[in-house]
Amino acid sequence: MSATALGATASQHRRQKDRRKLGENIAGWSFAGPATLVILGFSLIPMAWALALSFTDSDLMSPGRNVGLDNYRALLADPVFFQALRNTGLLLVLYIPSSLIAGLLVAVLLNRKVRGIGFYRTCFLVPYVVSATATGLLMGFVFDRDFGLVNGLLAKLGLPLQGLLSSPSQAMLVLTAIFFWTRFGFAVVIYLAAIQEISKEVLDAAAIDGAGAWARFRHIIVPSVRPMTIFLTVWGVIDALQFFDLVMTTTKGGPANATVTIVYYVWQLAFSFSTAGYGAAVAYALFAGTLVLIVAGLLLARRKGVTT
Amino acid sequence: MRRWSGRWHLLLVPMSAVVMLPFVWLLLSSVMTQAELNRFPPAIWPESIDLGGYRTVVERSNFLRWFVNSIIVSGAIVVAQVVLCSMAGYAFARIRFAGSKLVLILVIATALIPFQLTVIPTFLIFNEAGLTDTLGALIVPQLASAVGIFLMTSFFQSFPKELEEAARIDGCSRVATFYRVVLPVARPALAALAVITFITAWNDLFWPLVAINSEDNYTVQVGLTTFQGQHRADWPAIMAGTVLTTLPVLAVFLFGQRRFVQALTGAVKG
Repeated sequence: MSATALGATASQHRRQKDRRKLGENIAGWSFAGPATLVILGFSLIPMAWALALSFTDSDLMSPGRNVGLDNYRALLADPVFFQALRNTGLLLVLYIPSSLIAGLLVAVLLNRKVRGIGFYRTCFLVPYVVSATATGLLMGFVFDRDFGLVNGLLAKLGLPLQGLLSSPSQAMLVLTAIFFWTRFGFAVVIYLAAIQEISKEVLDAAAIDGAGAWARFRHIIVPSVRPMTIFLTVWGVIDALQFFDLVMTTTKGGPANATVTIVYYVWQLAFSFSTAGYGAAVAYALFAGTLVLIVAGLLLARRKGVTT
Repeated sequence: MRRWSGRWHLLLVPMSAVVMLPFVWLLLSSVMTQAELNRFPPAIWPESIDLGGYRTVVERSNFLRWFVNSIIVSGAIVVAQVVLCSMAGYAFARIRFAGSKLVLILVIATALIPFQLTVIPTFLIFNEAGLTDTLGALIVPQLASAVGIFLMTSFFQSFPKELEEAARIDGCSRVATFYRVVLPVARPALAALAVITFITAWNDLFWPLVAINSEDNYTVQVGLTTFQGQHRADWPAIMAGTVLTTLPVLAVFLFGQRRFVQALTGAVKG
């Protein structure tokens, strides 16, 4: 009798626990469900759809016929695609290292009990929060070949005028410089927060042991902000690969496709040339490339982290 | 007290000047006359304050309407994200429910998916639903964000449990605990999320450009891109439009700067 009573309380206990677990599941899903649905719904479904689309000749308004791998084959013979790859690659190669280096140096400069540190930080962040549209319109004028401020200043100084945004060889460099200007404040803020975490004792001890400013920078600061460097690199790659607004508001891809980036090309293909299927293929090719780049980079970073 | 260490300013002042000068000149050029901007080289300093550019923007374009559209869209997105992301973040940090870890990882991984990959099908979804060219199409995909969930989850993870436990023991339900006990204490994190969401939503160009056709439904950013074509050579008007478009975001940034920086750095550390 006592055994059955014991069994009864045990099963009652279990039922209670089950009910509590059920309650937690209901609570959890009703709290997290709506946001999760929106995010996964607007990323996973379109991702699968884009893949399917990339095997068709859809013109955006009709579903299109299945063309197998034709779009991907066409990609390999498309000079504009390779031009867009080169332009985007140039942006990455110039922007990532320069923003990391400038960001870290300015952060080190700001990491002092300097009066007005908040003011400087604000200055460096303002270009980051102003929209790329506004920046594009402003800079489009500043760097305009015929009426712009830059050429105006060069003229006043008696220096040769430059082609700037109208020059196929300079336009992408000018856009890269503008992009750098809008973004390096982000690296400053992230690095500054990390540097402020480094204990003052460690730095002071190193100084007492005779480490100069450079040695402290090289052997204490740089290694301790490594996680931020990795984060900023990954984030910078994603950010730079989505480079669109500035192109749209300044050069519209010109002159002679010199500033067509991959995203701008995808947008053109899908929404102005009515070749959505091919656009999806270009987007997928870029996505696959990015993923490989980021994963390889992270593996490399981890391997280096183990050996040093 | 902070000591005045002058030599660092010798480096920092010119650097911040170089960063800020384009904006100073933006403001100056918006009150110049067309003649001052259309000659070469353009004027550096306006001879007098001329509000013609602003008058053109307000009187001869749909700018005010676009501005209101942007306020509606960004406002709705901010409210939705503050509610939905804080709820989800709380659930992921505190409630142990089936699948929570996997879903959280999946949600955060979506931050790596570039928008150009999903934009064509997203357009098709709204087109099928007959919702393109509405402000709703601009709001719905942004109702929640991976960054927002990530921010709120890491905030609630670092948040002391005792308060909620006391409320739960006193017989408060999950929902009541969340609204009466947790949210009031989470106000700084919510403010940070609101600031970062507003800036992102206000500045967005790509999706509104794709989803909106009629001029009446433009956001300020889309409207601004049409200025170049419509007010060709009317540079003071273009600059005035740029100033007006930038003001709200600048105001929110300056007002909520501390929260904004916290959100940026918190997202990285979390």
